[in-house]
Amino acid sequence: MTATLSGSGTPRLQQNWDARAACNFIGGGSGTGLLLTAAVAFASGWNYFLAGALAIALIGFGLSMVWLEIGRPLRALNVFFHPQTSWMTREALLALPLLTLGAFAVLLDQPFVFLPFQAHMPVAVLAATAAILGLAFLYCQARILHASKGVPAWSEPALQPLIVITGDAEGLGLLLFLTALAAPPPVWAVPAAIIAVLARAGAWDYYRQRLKTRAPAPAVAALDRISVPVHLLGHALPAALLVCVLLFPSTHALAAVAGLALAAVGAWIKFAVVTRAAFTQGFSIPFAPIRGRSHNAAP
Amino acid sequence: MTRYVMVADLRRCIGCQTCTAACKQANATPPGVQWRRVLDMEVGEYPNVKRVFVPTGCQHCADPPCEWVCPSTATRRRTDGIVQIVYDLCIGCSACAVACPYEARYKVEKHEFAFGDQPTADEDMRANDSLIGVATKCTFCADIVDAGVARGLTPGEDPEATPACVNLCISGALAFGDIDNPQSRVSELLRNNKHFRMHEELGTNPGFYYLWDQEPT
Repeated sequence: MTATLSGSGTPRLQQNWDARAACNFIGGGSGTGLLLTAAVAFASGWNYFLAGALAIALIGFGLSMVWLEIGRPLRALNVFFHPQTSWMTREALLALPLLTLGAFAVLLDQPFVFLPFQAHMPVAVLAATAAILGLAFLYCQARILHASKGVPAWSEPALQPLIVITGDAEGLGLLLFLTALAAPPPVWAVPAAIIAVLARAGAWDYYRQRLKTRAPAPAVAALDRISVPVHLLGHALPAALLVCVLLFPSTHALAAVAGLALAAVGAWIKFAVVTRAAFTQGFSIPFAPIRGRSHNAAP
Repeated sequence: MTRYVMVADLRRCIGCQTCTAACKQANATPPGVQWRRVLDMEVGEYPNVKRVFVPTGCQHCADPPCEWVCPSTATRRRTDGIVQIVYDLCIGCSACAVACPYEARYKVEKHEFAFGDQPTADEDMRANDSLIGVATKCTFCADIVDAGVARGLTPGEDPEATPACVNLCISGALAFGDIDNPQSRVSELLRNNKHFRMHEELGTNPGFYYLWDQEPT
């Protein structure tokens, strides 16, 4: 089969990583973001149990989907062999203590069974440590994409801040969803969410702007197609709702809706980046062959 | 030191795909998997358009991004420059495939055959379970090269120590050898011809050179 190409070669949508891989970035991003915001919320007097449990479930879900995607799942432990340079190994190494510490914090904060060693301080320390490890985990995910030199939309450096910012924004959104439905959310959460919305909108636009000069046209087009709804549903709507909650605290339930939109659109962004914009750069030759004048060359 | 590289003379390649067929025969790759393939490219703008056949595959980079990202150390670069995959270590995560700027890596999830569900006698004999669910790519026929070197033969000069695609190329477009040896065929070709490497700006230092014109004498 001869590949028929034109110009600088035809980029094609990579088929190696599909929705399962996207789920790792979605679950890992929102889960680690939620670990961070749940730790901060705990420090300001909120329960850790529900948010922490959801965060661990999301991270575990993402890793499970990756496990389902790899070709040799029974060899999964080999993923730990290359911490010197592989961000995937580093991500896996961080996942172990991150999930363990997070699970312990959830266990200690659970309200159902009295444990003799239940105490506030250990939960705070465990939650804070898990949150820091979570940030590192999230950074590893950003670097995994950046290391993919075969896919310009992933190797673009501007994707790294977008992945980190949207992960934290999604975590904040989920925290708002969990806390604001029945009662006012933590006082810092709504202003922080407004900042997160603005930061993600800026990171999203900056990333797409950078792609225009570096990525194949189909990759740019794939993200352009969703940009307006992303801004409307993921930035304008949450921002409006959050400002409303700031002005009228009794409308705190709107913060839950804003949080859900913030998280859902973050997932949508990552799904699109991983599965829709992932065009290879194609092939290019800087010089065409000069035929017919070399003693070496065919006429 | 030794660094094996491949040289493709774009003036000579006629796009016959014999190299592709030779590779498939030598390595028993399944349908859809082409460790050595020939791109049929159209370059330029109308009316100044040229058709160019470009052999490609793993470029055996000196700084291979696939090796950096591999979490299992299955992908590794040998001291002679050949980038290899240890199939027993590979977990099939495809991180190498998305890291490769040359679309050189493949992964198949199950045995596939050229004619329907049943293998031909040859496919049945050569089916290799260790290649299922893992990354695969051009090896520069490392087993042939190693066996030839062990017998004192020179890769690129002696057919029994030379990759199948180079041996079978009917127009003499492909050459193979040690770029660190100034007397080798590839060194001579690179001295006497203008050449480039694909996506050189990515800094992977590929070991696959394309000749496009002669050097002025």
